[in-house]
Amino acid sequence: MSPQITPIADTAQDLELAERILTPDGTRIANPQLDAFVDDIDAASLRALHRDMIILRRIDAEGVALQRQGQLGLWAPCQGQEATQIGTARALAPQDYVFPSYRETGVIYARGAKPGDYVRMWRGEEGAGHDPASLRVAPLQIIIGAQTLHAVGYALGIRHDGADEVAVTYFGDGATSQGDVNEAMIFASSYQAPVVFVCQNNHWAISEPVSVQSQYPIAGRAPGFGIPSLRVDGNDVLACMAAMRWALAHARSGKGPAYIEAVTYRMGPHTTADDPTRYRKDDELDAWRRRDPIARVEAHLRALGELSDDHMAETQAAADVVAREMRAECLGMVTRPPLSVFDGVYAEPHTGLDRQRGEYAAYLASFEGEA
Amino acid sequence: MTELTLGKALGAGLRQAMRDDEKVVLLGEDIGKLGGVFRVTDGLLDEFGASRVIDTPLAESGIVGTAVGLAFRGYRPVVEIQFDGFVYPAFDQIVAQVAKLHYRTQGRVKMPITIRIPWAGGIGAAEHHSESPEAYFVHTAGLRVIAVSNPEDAYRSLRQAIASDDPVIFFEPKRLYHHKGDVDLDAPLADAAPMGLARVVRSGTDATLITYGAMVSTALQAAEAAEDEGTSLEVIDLRSLSPVDYDTIATSVRKTGRVVVAHEASREAGMAAEVIASITELCFEYLESAPLRVTGHDVPYPPAKLEKYHLPDLDRLLDAVDRVLDRPNSLTGADA
Repeated sequence: MSPQITPIADTAQDLELAERILTPDGTRIANPQLDAFVDDIDAASLRALHRDMIILRRIDAEGVALQRQGQLGLWAPCQGQEATQIGTARALAPQDYVFPSYRETGVIYARGAKPGDYVRMWRGEEGAGHDPASLRVAPLQIIIGAQTLHAVGYALGIRHDGADEVAVTYFGDGATSQGDVNEAMIFASSYQAPVVFVCQNNHWAISEPVSVQSQYPIAGRAPGFGIPSLRVDGNDVLACMAAMRWALAHARSGKGPAYIEAVTYRMGPHTTADDPTRYRKDDELDAWRRRDPIARVEAHLRALGELSDDHMAETQAAADVVAREMRAECLGMVTRPPLSVFDGVYAEPHTGLDRQRGEYAAYLASFEGEA
Repeated sequence: MTELTLGKALGAGLRQAMRDDEKVVLLGEDIGKLGGVFRVTDGLLDEFGASRVIDTPLAESGIVGTAVGLAFRGYRPVVEIQFDGFVYPAFDQIVAQVAKLHYRTQGRVKMPITIRIPWAGGIGAAEHHSESPEAYFVHTAGLRVIAVSNPEDAYRSLRQAIASDDPVIFFEPKRLYHHKGDVDLDAPLADAAPMGLARVVRSGTDATLITYGAMVSTALQAAEAAEDEGTSLEVIDLRSLSPVDYDTIATSVRKTGRVVVAHEASREAGMAAEVIASITELCFEYLESAPLRVTGHDVPYPPAKLEKYHLPDLDRLLDAVDRVLDRPNSLTGADA
């Protein structure tokens, strides 16, 4: 039987009303709905997820540092959302295709991004940071919610092809106010498309709290579209993985779309251009610090006697290596020549643009020979 | 040659494109059993089935956004927007996604999407059913924009648009849907004139009249009327609004030295402004007088009973021709 949210009258901010497997202090509790989806996750697998989260946090910290040092124009931190991103993305099959928003650093990490992929777009070198075909991840989307429709269209193609694949889309709580996200749910439901919606409710859309987007748990909307949904503790990596495995299995089996609301928290600013001290209180941040997704797994593994200091040191060192490579790639990027602004606008020759390119080439050539 | 209406020619073009390439899928409101509100997709559901002729929910952004996802998957979606004035809810998906994904990914993602838009006025329709939004799309890099004026062009260029790896905004003049013309259904696409070329519809020596869409018929009427008065007008059908074929235009202007550009869309920052600016850049020294625009007014599209005052007609075109030829006209008066 599919897990179903119990409709409740409380506001979207009641954090206790979410499915979890690990409590914030790292105690593993029974979850009749989700346990079966992660019964293969032993201590070694959990250590791997923990390692992913530590590396992701390090990548994120390096992104912030590179922006502060003037190497990136902008960075969208994902600190606090490691469990949601790693837990869900590690549940994907290689053939699945992801349509992310701009904050999904952990998702492209889990899909095999190379160090330069994290920064190429934010540095302003290319419109997309990674190769969509090799990662099977669409370019990071900045227009809020637009990618959810792309995922549904892709899923429609999967269905036509009869392929054993699922399209997945990530978006935030703010995006749920967008028409596109609602249209995506209608189209997905109408065509029973194999698509999974992952809403990362990180509580803030820049300065607007989730209560401005929704007065009811966001996962509660999906059943109204005919889409089964689950609200999980987004800081519990096991719950996120279990929920995603349920959703993927549902979509893969031909039953149509599934929806996950992962209740998490964006610890840092919306982007490096944002100042969250203007709109949110320290005590809220402190409360979420005590729900840290990485510390939670650590506490659990330590209680099991499955996490050694040596392992921790090795993991930190591995994270530092990734960050170092990311920095080296970033600093080593060579900006393409001026005429490349015209490259790739069209797939086929366009006489109007070709004329402009010619004019600009002549203009540039007029400087040749100057000191 | 087969005589077809423009609407039937478009339907034949869709059918041929779908037979040629199984990746071609249609999406739109009411395009299945109904065959579209203008019946352009009539019969396609029966031939190709509901998985290739997809009746969609009534959500334009959803239709175009879904087509983007299908293009990611390697399909060639052909979208029908029911009326010109209904394309605005899909504007974000068209200009921010469809137009940009190829550039954003440096060609690694292609968007071979054709967006068909029943377009422009003159049919006495309700509000939002007679708009000319072409300038918005011409202004957007990454899109190609086509406006057809006759059945033969409609059949050919629709197939070319679908075969193109670039996204194409495809404008179909509603008031010509029932206009008949000969179509060569068997002509190989490879032999046809490229989609971006303008066409000299009528040759002349005194002035060049440039237009597109349903206004091509009006321009031809004006040219016939002018000929009765001893004036020889060359008429050019742009056919492609992005890119514009300036080679054909410049050749004509160098011959006639006088230009009138006409369209139904309103004037400010419209196609005519762009074409005239380019003409002055390309062949200023050949001009005998300042090029003129004859356009819709800068007003929202008026109610049906008033649209005849908005749409450029034969007399407004001839008045502009008189002005570029320095003859008595509405500005100088009959005595000038």
